[in-house]
Amino acid sequence: MEYIPNVLFTLILALGIGFFVRNIKKLSRNIRLGKDVDVSDNKPTRWKNMARIALGQSKMVVRPIPGILHIIVYVGFIIINIEVLEIIIDGVLGTHRIFAPLGKFYDILIGSFEILALLVIIAIIVFWLRRNIIKLKRFFKSEMSGWPKMDGNIILYFELVLMTLFLTMNGADYQLQQMGAVHYVEAGYFPVSQFIAEFFDGFSVSTLIVIERVCWWLHIVGILCFLNYLYYSKHLHILLAFPNTYYGKLTPKGQFKNNDAVTKEVKVMMDPSADPFAAPAEDAPMPEKFGASDVMDLSWVQLLNAYTCTECGRCTSECPANQTGKKLSPRKIMMDTRDRLEEVGKNMDSNKGVFVDDGKQLLDNYITKEELWACTSCNACVEACPVSIDPLSIIMDIRQYLVMEQSAAPSDLNNMMGNIENNGAPWPFNQMDRLNWKTES
Amino acid sequence: MSNELKVPTMAELFAAGQQPEVLFWVGCAGSFDDRAKKITKAFVKILNKTNVSFAVLGTEESCTGDPAKRSGNEFLFQMQAVTNIEVMNAYGIKKVVTTCPHCFNTLKNEYPGLGGNYKVLHHTQFLKALLEEGKLTLEGGTYKGKRITFHDPCYLGRANNVYEAPRELIRKLDAELVEMRSCKQRGLCCGAGGAQMFKEPEKGDKDINVERTEQALETKPEIIAAGCPFCNTMMTDGVKHKEKEASIKVMDIAELIATAENL
Repeated sequence: MEYIPNVLFTLILALGIGFFVRNIKKLSRNIRLGKDVDVSDNKPTRWKNMARIALGQSKMVVRPIPGILHIIVYVGFIIINIEVLEIIIDGVLGTHRIFAPLGKFYDILIGSFEILALLVIIAIIVFWLRRNIIKLKRFFKSEMSGWPKMDGNIILYFELVLMTLFLTMNGADYQLQQMGAVHYVEAGYFPVSQFIAEFFDGFSVSTLIVIERVCWWLHIVGILCFLNYLYYSKHLHILLAFPNTYYGKLTPKGQFKNNDAVTKEVKVMMDPSADPFAAPAEDAPMPEKFGASDVMDLSWVQLLNAYTCTECGRCTSECPANQTGKKLSPRKIMMDTRDRLEEVGKNMDSNKGVFVDDGKQLLDNYITKEELWACTSCNACVEACPVSIDPLSIIMDIRQYLVMEQSAAPSDLNNMMGNIENNGAPWPFNQMDRLNWKTES
Repeated sequence: MSNELKVPTMAELFAAGQQPEVLFWVGCAGSFDDRAKKITKAFVKILNKTNVSFAVLGTEESCTGDPAKRSGNEFLFQMQAVTNIEVMNAYGIKKVVTTCPHCFNTLKNEYPGLGGNYKVLHHTQFLKALLEEGKLTLEGGTYKGKRITFHDPCYLGRANNVYEAPRELIRKLDAELVEMRSCKQRGLCCGAGGAQMFKEPEKGDKDINVERTEQALETKPEIIAAGCPFCNTMMTDGVKHKEKEASIKVMDIAELIATAENL
């Protein structure tokens, strides 16, 4: 009988982690639907970027208020997880505060967890106020209604509840320690929860044990639920920010990749010895599609980008098109890419792992041409992203599809391109007049 | 000072068995746009004054392909690129300077993958180097104490991390450099990039160049300095929209220097 809690705990833990692993596998399969790209270069720079941008949060503080608040929550999240380790060991072995023998060091640990937990609560309250009372503009763009808005708040509630449970548990524990209850070793330093303990004055030992145990269980079960909530939420960034910053673009922001398939065609065209009437070989593969119209045409790094996006909207608030009322929102480009990828993933799940054409695609069904043609390619969104997401690359890949596969450029741009083809300038001026400025007064 | 510009072409120098130190890539705007041609000439005046050995491609120059690439026409871009690269490689060009950040970005970043490897400089970088080598001297005079704000071209700034060269030159003119609330990494686009220059803007509630001009006007400048012919057009239009063209001028850094030096 006395092992029931241990067994129950181990079962819940296994279930929680099992589900999480299942979700991660799905995530990884979906990301691999993207085209392969070689990102094995420059490993030292990549590690450095990850350390600086993800671990060091260097781009968060460009906006100091949310930046510092975010660092508090982030540090809190990482450090308080050491406590989760103790909770897991206690849960499996049926011990209580197994790290207590660490003595003074344990006191410092618990003390700092408590202070961090309090700071996290404060930060979360400010975040909530920014989202719900101050109503910051970037949280109220059209793509943020419905689920994305709720998701943002759910995460905050989750964290608030977890921190409150943690502190209440400690408060009850501290009170039990004071009362000399069996099993509750005197250990830890409780700079915050000692004030909660004051509320427990006059409570019986058995009541306090119930409170402590309920908080303990809810806290760890809550953490496991949160872990499994990630896959369905924008909150995946807490994991994916690390690989995403590692695989982020290293070349200058203005350098757009040259399409190799096109280079091949151009080389043939420029080759005087190439046979212009040559038919493709019998077994020649279908020529590669130019650009992207659906998620499978994007690279896996771009798909990883989509899952990493936490919808903070810094990209959109810096976007010149969005600032002047155009439909384009770089955040929506990322959200659409993820939504479509999820749809493709579910399609595969229900068709034995094979994608069955559903008559939909990322272009038109999710991202409209009007959004794509509003982009000035200014890289403000790329610069603004705190986790190295590149919405611009997706916009450019779809533009490439529109122009090269569908000839669907706006007519003004067709004129411009016609001019370049005919006379080597975007305007209809004769190439032979290129040096006329020299003699004009 | 004679007004005649010395603008040798690569073909001329090649025929005479000479090789210039640097190719001045004029670009389409610099060749054909009336406003941008003034920038081209101002830059050439400085090159002539400082006796820089340079040449242009003249009628052998063709669009870099930048607007085609940003529109999505990768094929047209690469056709332009390989044609230009063939011409430049035939002349054995090693170093290129250009007054257009779009040409600068494309030549510097996107041509190497297609066989065009050159040291590419934006004219503000080139002028800064002339200054540091002592070939160009700047005296305050004309712009001493004037309030000048610099609009970062996206393809010079964010795209290639060049923020200091143009600012350094403005400071050297003894002008008072005032920054807009979004500048450098967070500089707002003028609205011309990504081939927007060549099309009507999508539906919205404001034009981007007006938004950017308003930011510039907040600094109460006497001059809005630019480093890109397209930004120049957009900001000039913005200033006109705000009916401030009588009091505020939009000028390229090369023009500021040429004017300061009475060229």
